[in-house]
Amino acid sequence: MEGTETTPRTIASRIKGIRDAISGFFLMLYRIYAFVLRFFKEVFLPPYEFKEVVRQCYETGVRSFTLITLTGFIIGVIFTKQSRPSLTDFGATSWLPSLVSIAIMKALAPLVTALIAAGKVGSSIGAELGSMRVTEQIDAMEVSGTKPFKFLVCTRVIATTFTIPLLATYVALIALFGGYLNIAQNEGTSYSTFIEQAFEPITFVDIWASLAKAVVFGFTIGIVGCYQGYNSTKGTEGVGKAANGAVVTAMFLVFIEEVLIVQIAGWFR
Amino acid sequence: MEKQKANIDLNNEVIRIRGLQKSFGDYHVLRGIDLDLYQGENLVVLGRSGTGKSVLIKLISGMLYPDTGTINVLGNELTGITEKEMEALRIRIGFSFQNSALYDSMTVRKNLEFPLVRNRKGITRKEIDTNVHSVLDAVGLSQTINQMPSELSGGQRKRIGIARTLILNPEIMLYDEPTAGLDPITCIEINELINEVQQRYNTSSIIITHDLTCAKMVGDRVAMLLDGQFQRVGSFDEVFATDDARVKPFYDYNFVE
Repeated sequence: MEGTETTPRTIASRIKGIRDAISGFFLMLYRIYAFVLRFFKEVFLPPYEFKEVVRQCYETGVRSFTLITLTGFIIGVIFTKQSRPSLTDFGATSWLPSLVSIAIMKALAPLVTALIAAGKVGSSIGAELGSMRVTEQIDAMEVSGTKPFKFLVCTRVIATTFTIPLLATYVALIALFGGYLNIAQNEGTSYSTFIEQAFEPITFVDIWASLAKAVVFGFTIGIVGCYQGYNSTKGTEGVGKAANGAVVTAMFLVFIEEVLIVQIAGWFR
Repeated sequence: MEKQKANIDLNNEVIRIRGLQKSFGDYHVLRGIDLDLYQGENLVVLGRSGTGKSVLIKLISGMLYPDTGTINVLGNELTGITEKEMEALRIRIGFSFQNSALYDSMTVRKNLEFPLVRNRKGITRKEIDTNVHSVLDAVGLSQTINQMPSELSGGQRKRIGIARTLILNPEIMLYDEPTAGLDPITCIEINELINEVQQRYNTSSIIITHDLTCAKMVGDRVAMLLDGQFQRVGSFDEVFATDDARVKPFYDYNFVE
């Protein structure tokens, strides 16, 4: 008797759960959309927070610089090392500089930079703004006549959008340097020959596509980190969730954007 | 401990609230609030936790929007006010947060300079320094100027929080639980500071608390918020001269052994 009573209730509660989850997902999409729209609405209006943007650019650059340098160099060395045996089989080791350059410039540099920045910068933005939200610091800004969205969100998003392409370019150069050292040691290729061969297959569209990717990745990391932190709730638990959400969501979106931009850049070639 | 008579202008209402209602989902927090705050007055709002005391001052400062009812602050009706007008009005209202809400990444000096630099265009370095030292002196914490908020005690943080609101010379002060989490001696010091602010800056204040010592020390008038409405409003003694089972335990807990 009990079982016949509870089963329809269980089914109803499950349906309600699924319905809530779906509506929650679309509500979240709408909120992100509104957040992005608000960014574009406020970013062009005065007051312009130049000082804070510069400070945030410095923070973004400094936070990831060491890790990015190390990772970029290692990627260059390892990629060259791993690619050599396959090319040796075909007697094509002279193509190594071109191969390394194509892989790094077209794909690895912006992607690796974005993934590192999502971990270092995105999480830090999420945690910082989340902590400010739960300790009422954002409210304190609002009641003291400061626009917190402008001061906290716009500045950080501009900073990541501007800094991550710079970091990606730096990673590309460092990775190429790593590749060069490995090639020079094993094949004895001179610096000028390496540079010539490395840049020969790279077109203008490739460089622009790479930079465009880095700009989009930078914007994504900034806006996702800010969204998660700015809308953080539930005290310290919320801060952790904001930091975690900033990294996971940004990384997920970065991969989707990578696919889309590669596809779009392909149409221009 | 008793509050000294303040210079209150009963012909000048700085805040006038009528029929204010606010709900969160199905939970009706405020169910028709009527309130007047007069120039120079300290009004203490008492009530149990979760009765909507903080919601009330957040509505007054424009951080929340009412469901129904009107709020008039310094001659401005908050319903229908533009964003720009609200920003200008907020500068005239000081809000002292329960947990001080000091900016963690800034020193005490930067915390105090922040609202000043952003709201007083063209202010000189010398004027900034003068203002910073003046408010720090007012709260008796000049020595902390270069310290980080994390290096301050709870009482010091409260004082710096109050100093940060005072730096814009507000006409109205809203204190959210100013003595929460502090030891009794520090509570008395904060209460004295609230009275000092009233005298020195000629502010009108709403003090949200459930600390009766604070209410007695700082309140020119006390309003008891019960079931989403002000049930008793008057002097401290008038409010507690009752056998109402919802009011009496407050007094008994604080003052009767």
